[in-house]
Amino acid sequence: MVEPLLRVADLARYFDVSPPWLNRVLEGQGRAILKAVDGVNFTIPKGETFSIVGESGCGKSTVARLVVGLYRPTRGSISFEGHDLASLTTRAQMAPLRRRLQMIFQDPFASLNPRWRVADIIAEPIRAFGLIEGRQAILDRVGQLLRQVKLAPVDGEKYPHEFSGGQRQRISIARALASQPDFLVCDEPTSALDVSVQAQILNLMKDLQRQLGLTYLFISHNLAVVYHISDRVAVMYLGRMAEVAPTKILFRRPRHPYTRMLLDTIPDLAMTGRQRQPVAGEVPSPIDPPTGCAFHPRCPHANDRCRSERPEPRALPDGALVACHGVEEGRVPDGPIGLVQG
Amino acid sequence: MVAPANQPLLQVSNLRIEFPTRRGTLVAVDDISFHIDPGEVLGVVGESGAGKSLTGAAIIGLLEPPGRIAGGQILFDGQRIDNLPYESMRRIRGKQIGAVFQDPLTSLNPLYSIGRQLIETITTHLPLSDSEARKRAIDLLAEVGIPSAERRIDQYPHQFSGGMRQRVVIALALCANPRLIVADEPTTALDVSIQAQIIALLKKLCREHGTAVMLVTHDMGVIAETADRVAVMYAGRIAEIGPARQVIKHALHPYTEGLMGSIPTVGADAERLVQIEGAMPRLTEIPAGCAYNPRCPKVFDRCRIERPEPVAVGPTGVACWLYAKEGPRG
Amino acid sequence: MAETEILSSPGARLVDVVRRFFEGDVFYSFRRSPVVIVAFAVTVIFFLGAFLAPWLAPHNTFDAATLNLLDAFKPPAWKADGDRSFPIGTDDQGRDVLSTIMYGMRVSLLVGFCSVALALAIGVTLGLLSGYIGGALDALIMRVADVQLSFPAILVALLIDGLARSFLPRSMHEELAIYVLVLAIGASNWVQFARTMRGSVMVEKGREYVQAARVIGIHPAMIMVRHVLPNVTGPVLVIATLALAVAILTEATLSFLGVGVPPTQPSLGTLIRIGNNFLFSGEWWMTIFPGAALVLLVLAVNLLGDWLRDALNPKLR
Repeated sequence: MVEPLLRVADLARYFDVSPPWLNRVLEGQGRAILKAVDGVNFTIPKGETFSIVGESGCGKSTVARLVVGLYRPTRGSISFEGHDLASLTTRAQMAPLRRRLQMIFQDPFASLNPRWRVADIIAEPIRAFGLIEGRQAILDRVGQLLRQVKLAPVDGEKYPHEFSGGQRQRISIARALASQPDFLVCDEPTSALDVSVQAQILNLMKDLQRQLGLTYLFISHNLAVVYHISDRVAVMYLGRMAEVAPTKILFRRPRHPYTRMLLDTIPDLAMTGRQRQPVAGEVPSPIDPPTGCAFHPRCPHANDRCRSERPEPRALPDGALVACHGVEEGRVPDGPIGLVQG
Repeated sequence: MVAPANQPLLQVSNLRIEFPTRRGTLVAVDDISFHIDPGEVLGVVGESGAGKSLTGAAIIGLLEPPGRIAGGQILFDGQRIDNLPYESMRRIRGKQIGAVFQDPLTSLNPLYSIGRQLIETITTHLPLSDSEARKRAIDLLAEVGIPSAERRIDQYPHQFSGGMRQRVVIALALCANPRLIVADEPTTALDVSIQAQIIALLKKLCREHGTAVMLVTHDMGVIAETADRVAVMYAGRIAEIGPARQVIKHALHPYTEGLMGSIPTVGADAERLVQIEGAMPRLTEIPAGCAYNPRCPKVFDRCRIERPEPVAVGPTGVACWLYAKEGPRG
Repeated sequence: MAETEILSSPGARLVDVVRRFFEGDVFYSFRRSPVVIVAFAVTVIFFLGAFLAPWLAPHNTFDAATLNLLDAFKPPAWKADGDRSFPIGTDDQGRDVLSTIMYGMRVSLLVGFCSVALALAIGVTLGLLSGYIGGALDALIMRVADVQLSFPAILVALLIDGLARSFLPRSMHEELAIYVLVLAIGASNWVQFARTMRGSVMVEKGREYVQAARVIGIHPAMIMVRHVLPNVTGPVLVIATLALAVAILTEATLSFLGVGVPPTQPSLGTLIRIGNNFLFSGEWWMTIFPGAALVLLVLAVNLLGDWLRDALNPKLR
């Protein structure tokens, strides 16, 4: 089997969110550990778009930040083309991998330094990795990148505040492409944008993927966007993966009760009059997650085993991975829910 | 006062909202007219900067200065409310018109228990004693789906999750049994599963109380789920207004058509989304003629010169020269 | 590529920056407020008067050769026995009061600016490190700041001055008095800069443009200097302006108490102290005029600082 571009094994990241030492002593409070990501596994082959979807607090953004090295993992490993990222300790060792692994952020109003000109923002990775020498050569490359994201080279002269949200996100993409990466981590890249602009950005991302052979890790809470852009989808809940499956299979035949619930919340834009189950309950606090399967308090099919024993992902014949005792025992219905025909 | 059967609950005519700035006056909402019938849910949808939230704020009398109503009128139940003094408007706002905002934290005072806030609002607008008001508050909390309302009524806003807070805000808006609720992006700050809960709740409450709702949102999905009619706004104007089903499934205005095509949908296997080129113009540079003309794929000469006024096409009103009585010219 | 050619001209960049300033909100709010314009004018006049004193002042008060004790205690020119060449009178040594004020303001402003610069350098560096790196370093710096804050600024200044006096020979102390003052006032003022910096840096650090730079692998020192620092200058600038007024006052207080600059190169505070001795014998001009100059200067600088704070605060705009 060909080595995937990215392999994540048993990845975990805990945050210490304890109150200050004095409060702990005086008020008798204990330490509090937030398990933002608690043992996730996935691989992404070259050229694929792999999406992670979930509600706020499920840990999807933490996974994105772990992959690009903004956080150090508490446990587990991330390997890029077979190289374990944890084994690279110095800045010089990391540079060649960092060049190939870039990120696009959610908020186009915060992701560009307001005091820098656009040309300098886009040139920063080129200069940092020493890819091109010479002022004019760098400017030419910046102009080329701006054209690649459908902006004009003269836009490099301006400051970020002179652009709309969609244009800023294009600048952000141009910066990410500046170091000629193979792999882009996209953390909710369109959720701050209006729908018509979202369509422009999604189209651009698909075009770039085709032209440059990019691989995407795409983080989103919007199921329709995920359906549109992904090859495979992972559903996260409270720091764990509930279900991982090829997009068509996940949407046509969701297995995990949480996936089924999540898909049921998609608005019925076609106005087919699809009947939906009202969703009960809210996401519990990740500081004090439920025992066993974290979803059991909201799950209509939960039994004693779900309350005590944590389910591990199990592969199904059609390529889906599902972490659910109910699915394993066959007591959860797994018919289509009418979203995708066929 | 009982309105005649055919009189709309809210009638907005030729509303114009301006912002005087040091670089000249910006027109944020430009000559829009629409109505809401009793018990009806009108969705107002548009992209950021289209003027939809300002329209909502103008109706509840909470337009933030320097923004001001520069023309037109707003009739609520046949009475003009756009020029009322602050005090009289405040009384109407609590009793007749309720408000729900995007961020529930801005509507709740963090220093008071939610019970105190509910009871205060109830006793201000209804002739009830404190104990009766408390009972009503508990009933309201239970009705908006807050479990063990008797206990939670004495808790403070920070003790509630985002979704629960929005429920409290809805209870607060319902306190005096208003006839209209203006809800500005009520689900935007919430997670998808909570969004679905809040939408279902709003729908249920409006049906049961016969309350009309003006639902301001950028999310077509929310409109499709809730609205009876929908107004699509673009650059301070209404591009298209009509029955929600009609507008969503058979959009007439090229902007609505583009907007609907640009929304990714589950089950649609298009490689590319329909794309509207460019972005909505800033208020300082709204083009002459139809504001949408530089982005419109069906643009012709007249669109660049003359501004289209809404014309009726079946049940829908659409401001586009394609549907002018004379037909397209040029 | 012709399209990118425009980028290269530094002259065009400067013109652009100037144009952006005059079209910007800060200049707009300046133009709209008469009080601020007056305060700005007063500050500029005082600064010019002080720095151009050797060329503008009617007399050189430090040149002993031109002093004449017979000129001592002359009242302002409009009084019956006033002298035209001493517009606001002379002091006990026959020095022209207007000239001593101009030279005195030089010393006051010099000490003020230098001590603020010192406080700024210490405070900004420590605040940046504290906010960006965090952890134990942050805790250490902030505890030191807490301790520093529990000593009144004057006390710290007196302490440093006292140490300097007891360890340095007298002649050397006179020479170094200004530096001692700068050190004393600067060292007692850095905490507010460090605290403000730390807060702003912690906000900026969490923003996505800083994370983007980290993903590229930019060195933390470079991120702090090139990304974070330019975005947190606003609040520090405001505090620096207000701190300048406080530093001038502290210097005047110390000099008034006699622990500041020596009488041979008097600051405004020294002048007020000298004049104070003669206030009740009728020679009021010797203390009132330097005092008024000090009040006006501090008031004007404070008004500018307040305006700057409002103009840079997006919420109040």
